[in-house]
Amino acid sequence: MAQLEEVNIDNFRHLVSDRALSGETMLLNMGPQHPSTHGVLRLLLELDGETIINAIPDIGYLHTGIEKNMEAKTYLKAEVMTDRLDYMNTTGNNLAYCMAVEKLVDLDVPPRAQAIRVILTELQRIASHLVWLGAFGLDLAAMSVFLYCFREREAILDILELCSGQRMMTTFIRPGGIWRDVPVEFESAVRDFLKMFPKRVDEYEALLTKNPILLDRLVGIGILDAATALQHGVTGPTLRASGVNWDLRKARPYCGYDQYDFNVPVRTEGDTFARYIVHIEEFRESMKIIEQALNKLPMGPVNSDNRKFVPPPRSEIGVSMEALIHHFKLWTEGFPAPKASIYSAVESPRGELGIYLEGDGGPKPYRVHLRTPSFDNLSVINKITQGTLVADLVAILASIDIVLGDIDR
Amino acid sequence: MDKKLEPIINALQKQFDSSIEEFRDEVHAFVKPEQILDALTLLRDKYEFELLSALTAVDYFPQQSPRYHIVYQLTSLAKNLSVQLRVPVNGDQPKVPTVTRVYEVANWREREVADMFGVEFEGHPDPRRILMPDDWDGHPLRKDYPLGYEEPQFTFNFDEIDVRKPYAKE
Repeated sequence: MAQLEEVNIDNFRHLVSDRALSGETMLLNMGPQHPSTHGVLRLLLELDGETIINAIPDIGYLHTGIEKNMEAKTYLKAEVMTDRLDYMNTTGNNLAYCMAVEKLVDLDVPPRAQAIRVILTELQRIASHLVWLGAFGLDLAAMSVFLYCFREREAILDILELCSGQRMMTTFIRPGGIWRDVPVEFESAVRDFLKMFPKRVDEYEALLTKNPILLDRLVGIGILDAATALQHGVTGPTLRASGVNWDLRKARPYCGYDQYDFNVPVRTEGDTFARYIVHIEEFRESMKIIEQALNKLPMGPVNSDNRKFVPPPRSEIGVSMEALIHHFKLWTEGFPAPKASIYSAVESPRGELGIYLEGDGGPKPYRVHLRTPSFDNLSVINKITQGTLVADLVAILASIDIVLGDIDR
Repeated sequence: MDKKLEPIINALQKQFDSSIEEFRDEVHAFVKPEQILDALTLLRDKYEFELLSALTAVDYFPQQSPRYHIVYQLTSLAKNLSVQLRVPVNGDQPKVPTVTRVYEVANWREREVADMFGVEFEGHPDPRRILMPDDWDGHPLRKDYPLGYEEPQFTFNFDEIDVRKPYAKE
């Protein structure tokens, strides 16, 4: 390990204005321990009074080497790492990874598993947006919204627990399908949620959307135009609030999203309020998708019957020698994947979650790269906060919906 | 290959003499390090690839020339197309010109690749480490960097490393 060097302004001289060197503007650390940075993010702020000249993010505090770890595990076992990636969107990460593996080894997924995948990821999207809305309200001093949002999120986590036994790190979606079929109570649990939730969204809107204090803090703040957003690789609700209609669920339908009728909420203002509205609208669109998927949930198997890739069910192991062999082979050695690379992306609640997966003919991925949306979304923060007040930075940071586990990986 | 992608690939082949690989309907075009700026500028300005979705690298250690592939995953929102550019880079002093001027998203992504693989991006506006601490030694995603505390052994140097490996003493 090299000698610890003293922090020197020369290291970031090229990032701040000349006035910082003469002491005319102030350099201030916000974080890594700060309630409104949503985790361990440090922002180096250059301030002229209360006005931000530069906001330079410093990330990596939560870096755990997930990519390197995944390269040391078999394809089946590496999946548990994806749960820990963006901990607000665990089933969505599983889906992205499983779709990448399925694309690499060319594996088909039965329709029932596709529909259950859609229901679970949309539920998770709602849960993720609820945390977003709660934290957003909390940062803007609307404490009650936070409590309401977490109450509803709990209902979703209960549904996830019902299916997988876990509230957050579910690993329920597996390459080739899902872990096992959902229990019989699943449908009524989801229907109860669908019955309860629309009223709750109206409640949030009644509390926030026309609240003059909130509007003062949101409208016209942190404007991000479409060209800048695309240059910085911003995707997801943040991009759609800037007037770009780009949603991978519509543009490149996967998991049978093309069967469902839903809209992609788009706003053109690009300010913090537009991002808020897009998130609220996405609650309603996700509910539409869940309802349709639930109404035409097909019967049938939930796993591919290709035993070279999908472990056999417990019932088969007792009666079939082949199934037992496959069980041992798949869980110890794993399955080989071709020597090739693919890039597969899904729409996570934060944007394009892409997985670059490269096989080398063996049972472990040669290279996994996780293109996480928060990473690119955060990189635009310096552009959109210049000239705003410190209090606005809190609102803007909350509105672009970052998850530090997603950024640092 | 998608019909809409054919003219783009033909242009890449003609202008940059790039070889093409195809796998599961994904197209990879190989270009040389010195051509990458022109290739990305062409794709962005003429063929509407507005979004640089991903920028990463792959390490093919112990192979030395090329040791790394720098991967540029491009998306066109207007045409709903994707194409991947790959730049092979040699193992000793790996260098690629920065593409921050074409896509600003490359700023952080190139810092990540430089941090994790030790590839230098020439002319980068902010060449600091991004995920690892500033005083960190080595580049974690290289294949010869250990995952735990043990030096990784490959078939070709198994015995060589085995000699100096800290096994438990009797």
